[in-house]
Amino acid sequence: MPPDHRPDLLAPPAGRASLGEAATLHGPGAIPPLGTEAGAGPIDYSPRRIRRERLGELLSTKPFVVGGIILVGWIVCAVFAGQLAPYDPLAQSLTATNAPPSATHWLGTDSLGRDVLSRVIAGSRDILVISPLATMLGTVAGTAIGLVQGYFGGLVDNVVGRVVEAVLALPVIIVAFLFVVAAGPSELTLVLVIGFAFALLIARTVRTAVLQERDLDYIAAARLRGESALHIMFAEILPNVGGPILVEFTVRLGYAIFTVATLSFLGFGIRPPTPDWGADIAANAGYLSAGYWWETLFPALAIASLVIAINLVADSIEAVVIQ
Amino acid sequence: MSGAAPAPGAEAPALEVSHLDISYKVRGADRLAVRDVSFTIGRRDSFGLVGESGCGKSTTALAIPRYLARNGRVSAGTIRLDGEDVSRLGPEALRRLRARKVAMVYQEPGRALNPSIKVGRQVAEVFELAGVPRREAMERSGEALGRVQIPDPRRVMRSYPHQLSGGMLQRVVIAMALASQPSLLVLDEPTTALDATVEAEVLDLIASLRQELHTAILFISHNLAVIARMCDQVGVMYAGEIVEQGPAGELFGQPRHPYTVGLLRCVPARRHRKGVSRLDTIPGFLPAPGEVAAGCIFAPRCRLADQRCTVESPPMYQVSETRGSRCHYHQRAPDLPEADAATVSAGQEPDGPWTGSTTPLIAMRGVSKTFAVRNEKVRALSDIDLSLYPGETLGLVGESGSGKTTLAKVLVGLVAPDGGSALELEGRSLAPTALRRAQEQRRAMQIVFQNPDSALNRRHSVRHIIGRALTKLAGLSGRARQDRLLEIVRSVRMEERHLPLRPAQLSGGLKQRVAIARAFAGSPRVLVCDEPTSALDVSVQAAILNLLADLQGREGVTYLFISHDLGVVRYLSDRIAVLYLGRLMEHGPAETVFAGPHHPYTEALLSAVPSLDGQAGERIRLGGEIPSPANPPSGCVFHTRCPRRLASGLCESTEPPLTEVEPGHAVRCHIPLPELRRLQGKDGRAAELQGAEGR
Repeated sequence: MPPDHRPDLLAPPAGRASLGEAATLHGPGAIPPLGTEAGAGPIDYSPRRIRRERLGELLSTKPFVVGGIILVGWIVCAVFAGQLAPYDPLAQSLTATNAPPSATHWLGTDSLGRDVLSRVIAGSRDILVISPLATMLGTVAGTAIGLVQGYFGGLVDNVVGRVVEAVLALPVIIVAFLFVVAAGPSELTLVLVIGFAFALLIARTVRTAVLQERDLDYIAAARLRGESALHIMFAEILPNVGGPILVEFTVRLGYAIFTVATLSFLGFGIRPPTPDWGADIAANAGYLSAGYWWETLFPALAIASLVIAINLVADSIEAVVIQ
Repeated sequence: MSGAAPAPGAEAPALEVSHLDISYKVRGADRLAVRDVSFTIGRRDSFGLVGESGCGKSTTALAIPRYLARNGRVSAGTIRLDGEDVSRLGPEALRRLRARKVAMVYQEPGRALNPSIKVGRQVAEVFELAGVPRREAMERSGEALGRVQIPDPRRVMRSYPHQLSGGMLQRVVIAMALASQPSLLVLDEPTTALDATVEAEVLDLIASLRQELHTAILFISHNLAVIARMCDQVGVMYAGEIVEQGPAGELFGQPRHPYTVGLLRCVPARRHRKGVSRLDTIPGFLPAPGEVAAGCIFAPRCRLADQRCTVESPPMYQVSETRGSRCHYHQRAPDLPEADAATVSAGQEPDGPWTGSTTPLIAMRGVSKTFAVRNEKVRALSDIDLSLYPGETLGLVGESGSGKTTLAKVLVGLVAPDGGSALELEGRSLAPTALRRAQEQRRAMQIVFQNPDSALNRRHSVRHIIGRALTKLAGLSGRARQDRLLEIVRSVRMEERHLPLRPAQLSGGLKQRVAIARAFAGSPRVLVCDEPTSALDVSVQAAILNLLADLQGREGVTYLFISHDLGVVRYLSDRIAVLYLGRLMEHGPAETVFAGPHHPYTEALLSAVPSLDGQAGERIRLGGEIPSPANPPSGCVFHTRCPRRLASGLCESTEPPLTEVEPGHAVRCHIPLPELRRLQGKDGRAAELQGAEGR
């Protein structure tokens, strides 16, 4: 080895961080002075402290708070839909079809006289079950695939990599569409299909993160201990790639919401009459030209607000994790 | 503005720093990184700042052209460059100052240059900034590169940075720094990333440029010997303060501050030998930033400190006309007691545990390793025959790219050697990779890596890291594992309270101790140490070397010790092997190899090491670059750089065999031993080269 890892400069030229982990706690330009001998002084690098600091940092960012409030709002709607909805979302009232927003129906009624507000509230339920489940499935499977690809490299990486690329050459929505058509629409199919497509995407991110870890000496040390590949992948590498995986999960969650809504809109997701935003937009879009805008607008706003909320949260988490 | 100050360039010193305080804002609190630092550099003078990492030397340098990180600021004191107060400059004046008055050279030349622009263009830019027309700027660039002794400036100008070696790049950076003829050149660890032979060349260059140019130099280094060689005046920094200041020769000859005394003693010198004497250390840790201590900052680690030191902060005492020391007891500093004098009882098994056994523990025969880099075959190791005997330390030296680390990895099984290579452990053949070796064989051979940040899993606690090794390598569990864990942690001089901590919470030295503890978990027979102290400060290095020597004494383990630092190798090694371009050039008992006569390459390595006494003998300088292992020179691979090459042309045509010239001492050279002895002046003036010893 070249003798290039010598006692490093404490405060390196601007924009350069040489304190590794320690420097990751601060902004890019902020380098802690002195004290590489941590553990003794006022600067505390314990994991608990770091977690608490990161959480504190998150809570002080506005996008995270706004996104979080909207997200929690929708979760409350999903859980307490029965209590919150003023009407039965399925109850038709042929005497009050296409009623505009009013004191009795805040968001109006649809072509079958169902209360739009109640359907929007109840519509959060399925999407908020299916999307996280699908994303979780995708994250777990994708992490496993990415670890194997990154750790073994070579032929395994090549073969899996080409398969991933082949599938990803098509938009996720088309892939999902094909599967749903083949397997028939159901909540389970949705979870499996979206999870599968996401697994491939997430695998690529995880693989890249693993490649950065694979050549570090602690992996070599583990091999010299006679650790199995499984142990090295899951006990040694996995904890060190948790950050990118968390970011990937939150970003994908936003896409999952969008994908579920799109499939439902196309009629391959959640089937009517179950209240669902995508399906409701599809069902009422035809009446837009008649001026019944509320039947489409409010479910659309619901989708938008949820996706935006998740993205706000995801961006904030990413900023903190990547620091 | 500084209009009132004496006209720039008149009689003002190049740099005048007075009572400088610098603080960094970390988590909302100001933490003082530099405290009350004052020094002056006259025109054409050179001033050295020396100290361990974290002492504030780079921070001080960065403050001069106001390059401090966003969270740092000068909270008190002034910096005057050419008589101008730097803190009062407006943006335009600051830009001019940075362009013309001060130039900086950093440790990594590769990061100072833009990788996608040809070198010539980058140098020319500096001239263009100074208003030179484009075509003339190119010409001037060629001259500038010639001045820093670049042999073929035209070729270098047409190259991209990645096509040049580190030493060459550092020359380019120095040429750029000097292009504007600055009043002050700041060199921040300029040779730390370079090999010893290249470092020697670059230092020679800087020294000769000083003669020619009218530039004052601020030289920053952790390396005492380099500072001693390059500077007239020296300031020793500790925890943000200059604790001692004075002319280099006097200061290093008769240090008057306990910290300087301690630092100098940490450096392994020729009189030190494992098993015979321990290295002195500086116990304790650097105070954490923001920790405001009453009294002397060094008091908690000082063996002279008494009540007064913990209460009363020492001023800079004027020790003599030219020297100052921040110590109440500066007269007594040279008599500083040793750190653990008790353990240095004389005559404690002076021969160490080396039994002198003739049955090798490890035998390597015809070990080669060829890497395929794109379509080229790069021969990293070529036909190495080497044995390790029980309980000994074999020191492996050579420049970067010589194959040291590859050999280490082949030995432990992280890299599979080429077919035909034979490795044996106690007479039993070893599979090429660790994966296929028996657990017993893996247990017997462990490695300590250079960089503990990479070697320790940052998500695991110390307890987990060592405990897991005990489970896998020693097969322990439950109570037995817990007991052994504590025992092993104590044997590397750590405490139980360190167990729940993660690597990021430990200092560099402690991290390396964890790595050593992990390697010792399975009681290995052979431990490969790949530059284990290169990333550490000298005082920490001394403690780690003591620890390695102690552990060897107790456990009888065999070390393959890799280092570019010959002083360190000499302290620990029983035998030495010298590698060049993947070939074994020389091996033999440590004393024989160091005393010579030796291979011309070994001779050059030894003479490149800057010495602390400042009186370097005749230096042997290696010209040229280390050839690419993809395309090694014909004949003797060293002939392109060899100062003793034979006129007959034999060296160019035929590769010399590795011949045993004395019992146990083999040299790969056409020149016969008596002739080498005569050439190297070993008959009469044997002491000369021995004067060149470790930092």
